[in-house]
Amino acid sequence: MLKEGHEVSCLDEDPESHTRLEVGLDKGWEDLGGRFTVGTGLETDALLAAGIESADAFIAATNGDNTNIVIAQIAQRRYEVPTVIARILDPLRAEWYREQGLHTICPTRVAIDMLETAVREGAPREATA
Amino acid sequence: MYIIVIGAGKVGWNLARELLEKNHEVTVIEANRRRYLTVEQELEHNIIYGDASELWVLERAGIQRADMVIAVTGDDEDNMLICQVAREKYEVGQIIARVNNPRNRPHFDLLGVKPSVSATDLILRLFEHEVPEYGLVHLLDLQEEQLEIIEMLLGKDSRVTGRRVGDLAMPEGSLLISVLREGKGFVPNADTVLEEGDEVLAVLDPGREDDLKDLFGPAPGGNGTG
Repeated sequence: MLKEGHEVSCLDEDPESHTRLEVGLDKGWEDLGGRFTVGTGLETDALLAAGIESADAFIAATNGDNTNIVIAQIAQRRYEVPTVIARILDPLRAEWYREQGLHTICPTRVAIDMLETAVREGAPREATA
Repeated sequence: MYIIVIGAGKVGWNLARELLEKNHEVTVIEANRRRYLTVEQELEHNIIYGDASELWVLERAGIQRADMVIAVTGDDEDNMLICQVAREKYEVGQIIARVNNPRNRPHFDLLGVKPSVSATDLILRLFEHEVPEYGLVHLLDLQEEQLEIIEMLLGKDSRVTGRRVGDLAMPEGSLLISVLREGKGFVPNADTVLEEGDEVLAVLDPGREDDLKDLFGPAPGGNGTG
């Protein structure tokens, strides 16, 4: 999204993640206009430092469902970010929070659909059983 | 009452034990297998193993018919979301959530998870009560009802000692309800003159503490220690 000319700000509790951001880039993350803040999404100070108040979109994609659901709701309710997306692995909760008006992405659901499609489209084997 | 307790740590286990003694029906949910096996030796069928963040675990515990859900795990996000789901999805009448990190309390409020209990805050309240120099003591805090009762000790340098109650400019949304003098309490009237060492009780709208501190605290230029 940075390459498309958007302004992108990353918040991560691990300072090392900054290195990962620059993999495959020919310039530094900041040189390309990116921002990086070390902190956790539950810390108000960290969210503010990352610029949540001026954000047009907010993506909660940590490796914890609970963290994502809480932070996404904070972004939505407290900071009124227009577009908020949360990654939720648990399909049941992803569905319920979607019904509550949260934009959720469930990688588990997506993977299941892709696997199903792959199985259906795959070369049929001779039935041996 | 049917009560579901989330988390079988020290708080959850002892809470379940007390509630069972009071003849409530209790199910504890514990996500750590080892902890579950330990506690199961005592609580037997009153504890189940599973991650209460997952809806099917809550349903297996019978959340649809629960009167109350109490979330006391060591993880604030878990406590918040379990209570949110309990109230909004399963329409459980009453919830209580434990706050581990007091800085997270605004998040609990934001998600409508009330009441929430923080051990740190409770101890701080006791501390304020035990250390009178601290100034203002919270006696009662009803967040939902927007009501607070506080107590203040009038020191030598308080700007209201020697003054009539009727002459005090009490901040809007506050009322002086009682004066404790030499171990006895009485309801003051406009002619009551406040003395050094009086403990005054006031009822107020939340957020007016600082106004009261200004009014009853040390006069400017005094050697106030507060």
